[in-house]
Amino acid sequence: MTTLADQPVTASNESFKLSMLLNDTRYRSLTFQFIALVAIIAFMAFVGGNLVRNLTEAGLNISYAFLGEPSGYDINQRPIEYDSQSSHGRAAVVGLLNTLIVAFLACVTATIFGVIAGVLRLSNNWIVSKLMSFYVEIFRNVPVLIWILIIFSVMINVAPSPRDFRGDDAVASMWLFDSIAVTNRGVYLPKPVMGDGSMIVLAVFALSVIGIFAFRNYARKQLFDHGRMVPVFWPSIGLFFIPAILTQFVLGNPITLSYPSLQGFNFRGGITILGSLIALWFALAIYTGAFIAENVRAGIQAISKGQTEAAAALGLRPNRIMSLVVLPQALRVIIPPLISQYLNITKNSSLAIAVGYMDVTGTLGGITLLQTGRAIETILLLMAFYLTVSLLISFFMNVFNNRMKLQER
Amino acid sequence: MKNTLFLGALACTALTAGVAGAATLDEVKARGTLNCGVTTGVPGFAEPDANGVWQGFDVAVCRAVAAAVLSDPNAVEFVPTTGKTRFTALASGEIDMLARNTTWTFSRDVDLKFEFTGVNYYDGQGFMAPKDLGVTSAKELDGATVCIQTGTTTELNLADFFRANGISYEPVPIETGAEAVQQYNAGACDVYTTDASALAAQRANFEDPAAHVIMPEIISKEPLGPLVRHGDNEWADIVRWTLNALITAEELGVTSANLNELAAGSDNPEINRLLGTEGDLGGMLGLDADWAERAIGVAGNYGEIFEKNIGESTPIGLARGLNAQWTDGGLLYSPPFR
Amino acid sequence: MSDTQAQTVAFVRETEIPPSPPPIREAGAVKWVRENLFSGWFNTIMTLVALYIILRIVIGVFPWFFNGVWDAGSIRECRDILEGATGACFAVLVDRWDHLLFGFNYPQDAYWRPTLAFVLLILAAVPALFYMYVPSKFLIGTALYPFLAYWLLWGGTLWLPIAVLAAIILTGVVFRLVESMTVSTRTIVAGIVGLVAGVGLAYLLYLGAKELWFISTSIGTGGAFAGLMSLVFKAFSIFTYVFFIPMGIFVGYAIYQSASDGGLVTLVTSLLAIALMMLYAVGPVSGVLNGIIPIELAAVESRQMGGFMLCMMLGAVCVSLSIPLGIVLALGRQSSMPLIKGVCIVFIEFVRGVPLITLLFVANVMLAYFFPPGSGLDLFLRVVIMITMFSAAYIAEVIRGGLAALPKGQYEAADSLGLNYAQATRLIILPQALKISIPGIVNVAVGLFKDTTLVSVISMFDIVGMIRGPIQQSTDWISIYWEPYLFAATCFFIVCYSISQYSQWLERQLQTDHH
Repeated sequence: MTTLADQPVTASNESFKLSMLLNDTRYRSLTFQFIALVAIIAFMAFVGGNLVRNLTEAGLNISYAFLGEPSGYDINQRPIEYDSQSSHGRAAVVGLLNTLIVAFLACVTATIFGVIAGVLRLSNNWIVSKLMSFYVEIFRNVPVLIWILIIFSVMINVAPSPRDFRGDDAVASMWLFDSIAVTNRGVYLPKPVMGDGSMIVLAVFALSVIGIFAFRNYARKQLFDHGRMVPVFWPSIGLFFIPAILTQFVLGNPITLSYPSLQGFNFRGGITILGSLIALWFALAIYTGAFIAENVRAGIQAISKGQTEAAAALGLRPNRIMSLVVLPQALRVIIPPLISQYLNITKNSSLAIAVGYMDVTGTLGGITLLQTGRAIETILLLMAFYLTVSLLISFFMNVFNNRMKLQER
Repeated sequence: MKNTLFLGALACTALTAGVAGAATLDEVKARGTLNCGVTTGVPGFAEPDANGVWQGFDVAVCRAVAAAVLSDPNAVEFVPTTGKTRFTALASGEIDMLARNTTWTFSRDVDLKFEFTGVNYYDGQGFMAPKDLGVTSAKELDGATVCIQTGTTTELNLADFFRANGISYEPVPIETGAEAVQQYNAGACDVYTTDASALAAQRANFEDPAAHVIMPEIISKEPLGPLVRHGDNEWADIVRWTLNALITAEELGVTSANLNELAAGSDNPEINRLLGTEGDLGGMLGLDADWAERAIGVAGNYGEIFEKNIGESTPIGLARGLNAQWTDGGLLYSPPFR
Repeated sequence: MSDTQAQTVAFVRETEIPPSPPPIREAGAVKWVRENLFSGWFNTIMTLVALYIILRIVIGVFPWFFNGVWDAGSIRECRDILEGATGACFAVLVDRWDHLLFGFNYPQDAYWRPTLAFVLLILAAVPALFYMYVPSKFLIGTALYPFLAYWLLWGGTLWLPIAVLAAIILTGVVFRLVESMTVSTRTIVAGIVGLVAGVGLAYLLYLGAKELWFISTSIGTGGAFAGLMSLVFKAFSIFTYVFFIPMGIFVGYAIYQSASDGGLVTLVTSLLAIALMMLYAVGPVSGVLNGIIPIELAAVESRQMGGFMLCMMLGAVCVSLSIPLGIVLALGRQSSMPLIKGVCIVFIEFVRGVPLITLLFVANVMLAYFFPPGSGLDLFLRVVIMITMFSAAYIAEVIRGGLAALPKGQYEAADSLGLNYAQATRLIILPQALKISIPGIVNVAVGLFKDTTLVSVISMFDIVGMIRGPIQQSTDWISIYWEPYLFAATCFFIVCYSISQYSQWLERQLQTDHH
């Protein structure tokens, strides 16, 4: 921008020639960028002008006022308060939270699946490693949309419907002393009900969690400073459960559980995890898990065999070699592709509507778009949302990655 | 060719002034085909058969218009649209008319700037439930899980119905009928709600249709009809009166069997006006005199089209119900041809 | 010891005792099973669990598969034949075979065309995929393939793709011609081209400035944001108004100046040549040629295509288009010029940050608004534009990885040879970077090919769209579910698995180092 503006001034300077804008490396890149800028502005003019003209011709305008109007539809999973009289904007927020929920759950589960499958694929057990190869190949090579549809359908056909729990000769029954109901509409779990004094129980629990960390620190210190192995696992477990349960008893059971029970058409009371959430969650987790498994396998294989042999020579057992020597090193290779898999999960969760899960594509980009006809506005909002989430995920994962990097001295 | 066009469009940043929308009729005639928006598939209403030829009740309207305007019922380019794309397709001029199970509502007519040219099927949103659930009325559905086929006004009607009756429900929105049926049959939802015609069609093809009941409540009015863009009244007239011609033909007893005979002239002046042997109704539309004869000639009158595509003798098995002629207690009432 | 032995031995064995067979548990299948399946309690449990899973799947699927009905006209007939037994209704695949592969609208007498195009695709891909074994002259066939395939799939006159090909070849000739001119001749050419390009650019910019002003006035003044945008566009417009003449003069002059070294004038002349030929020559010439020697196939419109063929087409077209675009983006991202680098980063990160499905929505409902009224790009082309942009961003990242993996010495060596940027990139950097990037590009291609199923969401009838629309919604096959999806999954698996096996093979081939 400045090159030409400065021209009259510099042109009077005898040492400057116009041809220097092209031939002198000091100015040439500025020239190119100036031309690029003009090209971008021209492109904007072309696109924007057409947009304005087309909209005028169709009698449309760009307005986000619809976000404040009542939406008129219901959503089955509501992380925040919402009903059909709430606004379209609120529906969008509900969808947005639903997207985040399923993406988070699927990321965690996919990592677990991926690590297990990746490690097992290298197992000596022929049948297990072949089974894992089969899993990885079959999921990697079929589109995720087809998998979502298939897994969803398997789930609703395999799990019993609430109808099966009814009557004296019910074909299905609840699990764990009638506390958990697994149906094809979702999983119903007992819900804790907070009575008087429950805060104390929670506080004790929080304290014991802090205590666990302190104890582990202490144990590590003992190991490093004095070479004494302090058992950690069982004390931690004990610390986790015993104080809270004791307080619960002493205070006379302030926290009670409300169990789900079949009332009318559905199970009620307790926490509901919707079937569509489970289906999408597992479909994404299993699908992406196959990719992560490949990354994990590649990461493990990238660790030189000498590391394993050295660890074996030190007398470590195979599973300890894996968890203490190989995996921590492999992690550095695994994390960067893992980031892009997490991004893929977030983006693929936009297929939620195929299983009836109301994510942001289903609310804002689905029903709201259909009801209001505001295609341009909703799609722009949708893209802005996904962009923000993706950038945030890659930002945080990059920070994590940098901390995990080999500290070279 | 496409590539050159595209390059041309890009290269000439030349910003051609907006071409004023030419009259749709002239455009269609010049093009030689009618671009008609249909669904991506609704059994009996619009579906390509095994040979890829579009068949169905909505499709018949497109063909009738094509026959009236272009004298060729096959000069139709069927453009499948989804719930999301149908209005954009019509507004942007990609299609000339939309015959896609679209409910005539105030906001679509007024706010979205479309012109509904009539009603070819009176539908309404209903509920279907398994018989052994023991539910006889939709008002007993408190707490039920409801499968909804999304994409129309279904969600809104459902929310309104349950709200008005002060009962709760769990919605399960589903994109396609096939997936809804999967869920419903597996018991993942207690009831399935969508337009009553679609419910009937799905039920007729269940393994045991008798085990399912369609509840008496129809919770919405869904007048489905073809629509065109606002502002081109000549074109809207053609679509409107082609549909009316089909309905009137049934009322007057003009069928594909006696069409040729009646087209030679008859004692009934309205039939004569309809078929162009008297008066010049076709000329007023900008068409020729026997436009209606051609439209009816494609697949017969409204009743014949109904029976052939969705009537009781087909696997869809719909009764005429509201869609009977007004003389038979239905709602079909075409304005007179005069 | 030794002498006693020597004296007392009555018998000396002269042949070796044949090794006795190992204990049964240490040999053959038993050993293999012990070592691989039951070595330790953990492995045993794993084996048993795995066997249980396999058994459950087989028991669940086998009767359904085995009882499958292959010959029926509708789902009702299927049920009648099965009489309540568990069984698949594969008859739908037989009945709608053509639709699943080619879409319901492709002319039936022309099915040989996509089939032939598919066979040729494999043949054309071989020289590119196995470049180390196939003589490079076969690559000419690969280069010709797109033109032939276009003709086969879309029909029309063969002369159109031939004319386009001729235009491209002619452009290459022009490029060489201008490059090899003497400086004095080239000065004349540079003068003419500079004048044309300068005037043309100034005119386009003038139109752009007018357009920007038009936008700024029609944004409206409702709200602070609209007011601000209006001001921004006004500023852009004034900026362009001020600079359209200097820009034209400057660019014209720059082209004229470049006559001595030939870089810019060669490029601009070639671009001008191809643009002019595409706009004005290709259509008429192919028309005339077709008038003389008609070689025509019935034209098929893109909206008539569907089924698995559509997935293959979208995949092949978009991947091949996105590789050059990806290279440009990757180079742009590496550029030292902040503006160009910034634009490339914004583009890449934007596209990678949003799901493909939203880009397809854009293609479906928004893109039409960005083109001049009445230009009416068809949906296929709009989708191709968006998917190409999408995959280009991913390919750019893969290539960027390849570029980053090159040792710095390569760049320095190129500099020290006195090569300019274009030469260094074309001759030294890209060939090496691309070679490293091939496996990554293949992975992107597989991912993209699978993602083509998403076009079903915007009412295109790829194989999934075909199933979810016309098949499941037909009176005959109403709500049939498993069989068609299984078929679609199998189709994708065959193609993607082969490609990924190829990619792994290639990776091994390229892996020349040991670590």
